[in-house]
Amino acid sequence: MEILSLLGDGMLVAIQPLNLLLILVGVTVGLFIGAMPGLGSVNGVAILLPVTFLVPPGSAIIFLAAIYYGAMYGGAISSITLGIPGASTAVATTFDGRPLALMGKARLALVAAAIGSFVGGTVSNILFTAFAPILAAVALSFGPPEIFALMLLAFATFVGLGGDDIAKTVFSICFGLVLATVGFDQISGAPRLLLFDLTGFLGGISFLVLAIGVYGIGEMLWTIESTRGEISKTDADISVKGVIEDMGETVRKGWKGTAIGSFLGFFVGVLPAAGATPASLMSYAVTKMVSKRPDEFGKGHVGGVTAPEAGNNSASTGSMLPMLTLGIPGSPTTAILLGGMVIWGLTPGPRLFVDQPDFVWGLIGSFYVSNFFALLVNLSFIPLFIWMLRMPFTVLAPVIFVLSVVGGYAAMQDMFDIWLILVFGFGAFFLRKFDYPLAPAVLAIVLGPIAEPTLRQSLLMSSGDPSIFFTRPISMPIMVVAIILILLPALKYLRPRRSSVAE
Amino acid sequence: MNMLKTLAIGIAALGLSAPAAMAEWQPRKPIDFVIMAGPGGGADRIARFIQSVAEKKNMMSRPLIPNNKGGGSGAESLIWLNTANDPDHTILVTLNSFFTTPIRQPDLGIDIQTFTPIAMMGVDPFALWVHTDSGIETFEQWLEAVKAADGEYITGGTGTGQEDSIVFAYLDNAFDLKTKYIPFDGGGAVAAALAGKQIMATVNNPSEARGFHESGDVRPILVFSDEQMDIYPGVPALKEKGHDFSYYNQRAIVGAPGMSDEAAAFYVNLFTEVFNTEEWQNYLKTEAMSALWMNPEEQRAYWNLQMQVHKELLAGK
Repeated sequence: MEILSLLGDGMLVAIQPLNLLLILVGVTVGLFIGAMPGLGSVNGVAILLPVTFLVPPGSAIIFLAAIYYGAMYGGAISSITLGIPGASTAVATTFDGRPLALMGKARLALVAAAIGSFVGGTVSNILFTAFAPILAAVALSFGPPEIFALMLLAFATFVGLGGDDIAKTVFSICFGLVLATVGFDQISGAPRLLLFDLTGFLGGISFLVLAIGVYGIGEMLWTIESTRGEISKTDADISVKGVIEDMGETVRKGWKGTAIGSFLGFFVGVLPAAGATPASLMSYAVTKMVSKRPDEFGKGHVGGVTAPEAGNNSASTGSMLPMLTLGIPGSPTTAILLGGMVIWGLTPGPRLFVDQPDFVWGLIGSFYVSNFFALLVNLSFIPLFIWMLRMPFTVLAPVIFVLSVVGGYAAMQDMFDIWLILVFGFGAFFLRKFDYPLAPAVLAIVLGPIAEPTLRQSLLMSSGDPSIFFTRPISMPIMVVAIILILLPALKYLRPRRSSVAE
Repeated sequence: MNMLKTLAIGIAALGLSAPAAMAEWQPRKPIDFVIMAGPGGGADRIARFIQSVAEKKNMMSRPLIPNNKGGGSGAESLIWLNTANDPDHTILVTLNSFFTTPIRQPDLGIDIQTFTPIAMMGVDPFALWVHTDSGIETFEQWLEAVKAADGEYITGGTGTGQEDSIVFAYLDNAFDLKTKYIPFDGGGAVAAALAGKQIMATVNNPSEARGFHESGDVRPILVFSDEQMDIYPGVPALKEKGHDFSYYNQRAIVGAPGMSDEAAAFYVNLFTEVFNTEEWQNYLKTEAMSALWMNPEEQRAYWNLQMQVHKELLAGK
């Protein structure tokens, strides 16, 4: 109960006039920073860090938390309206968000994203409040073999999906894995796969660059090709009544995705080294897998928007846990928060919850409040974003192109990334023409850099014996489920054949 | 606080207004503050601490933006600096892989003497850590445990050729041990892996292990500084065990090759100022680091010396 009173104090502090103002400003600024491709919450929080030294430390944390939350909501906006992921955490949101917008249901997608985000944020805050110390211990018990098993499970959810062509899905995953190995070998430190000896590949292929290329440029080319010069524009009606109707539809069709994203996202976020991007992709994959209509995903299913959005918000709160209790920031933004903690003389570690309860619960209290205001601010801006969509595509296409190039350059300020974006854009367009699913490749390039080192660490630990994955109590069941899921399509493939022979 | 004043300072701090009456070189855009290691480790914490001090004291007209590039034992960051298109706005927080990575990977074509010396912020000591549940309390017990494990003793660190692997390699050689070394992404991840009993021993800086030490999960059994450390009373130094070996991690700031003299002078001033703040001096104390201030010429001499030392250390492996 002491926790609840500390949490209550934290919320009361958060709604003091100055702090409330900071929350409103932070959420709004964060929303736009998140919506700008390339300008993720990392840059936003880093650039605004100076402001936090002008206010008391408590307010500073609240301000940072508000930007963090705002940016998490904002990432979905450009994913839906323009098809360019605003941040790497919002890539999965483009899968169904963009098709919904093209069907004239941008408002529904935006409302679904906002509600999914809000529920994900709230559920994770509650989970954090109730289980933080226990989960810290769980996170520690996840060593390299457990994390690898989990990554395998994530790939399995993509392979095991019905509907898509399995062979093409596997190809797409392998292609993504190859791209993920470009750069430095994380174990030996040696450079590898420097295609055409270009030094630009040394740093590896940035996920955001790939995503902007595939979804920003690729999507733009696709739309141009499919409309064939017809002057098209997306219908979007703005009315309060419509927003309320959309809320109802979000609840009806998106509740499952929201629930999966909220819980799975939190769990993935809690694991060190994972973070919000894998969480959103995995939430999407699992929601599609358990859905009765997996074939509707990727074509504009509300659950395909709520799942990743609930997942990334939930994971953002979850990733606070390894940062606070293990000192490992799960995302670049939490790393900045870690820097803030250092200067306030706080040592992250298991003792933090005991020694500095007012800091920890103050922070979480401000999350509850920030999350609520982020929802309000986001909903109130939806008409503005929809109004943008009313521009005909002949106007929007150049805007998308410019935003993609500028966003890709802004992240690392390297011209090489822009050439990559163009290559990926055209590559994605042709792969899509030939009906190759792109989402598995995107998943692979996010999870590959986690799966590969953990696989090799595990095998180093066991001197090359793969049984290490099946002898540890946590990794064993995960591995078994993953393998079953991978084999499932093969079994499905065999069964109808047998019945046709019987006829 | 006066809201108007707050706002005015805020705008100035955001860099929207030009710094007035400053004739010398000033950064014109946010500074790429590259870190040679992953997030959560010693170098990362220092970088973020410095960033916070510079912001808090309003020393900068443009922000320092931390940028973790720890890939390939720091090779990623060395190449990033070597090919920086704006060397005046690119600086690097280094550790000893500043010396070891160019030695181990001559193909990268890195000559550290082309880099621009800026500031030596201090040196960070190392300790040997074990989990408290292992029951190991002394270095001698540890030696026995490693020998009893017969090659199955698992240690962890930040990567082959990195500081901790050099220390482990020295121990393996000096005491005839066989250990399995697992690389992790950054000192913070290494500390957590030990606390979670994924690995059995680490060589960590005090700042990296502090959280788990305070909670009683891990304990130091040996330090690699010249003498015993005040923060770990009773923990022996390796030198007392009859081996003349001590090892520290440099915490230095260097500029990209080709940085203009004016910009270098600006950063030297900036980090001298940071070094002399009460915050940094306290940080050195709480993290058990030693100050080792050097001017740019002394830093170059120090680089030469360290290159020599590390060539020998790596060759002896």
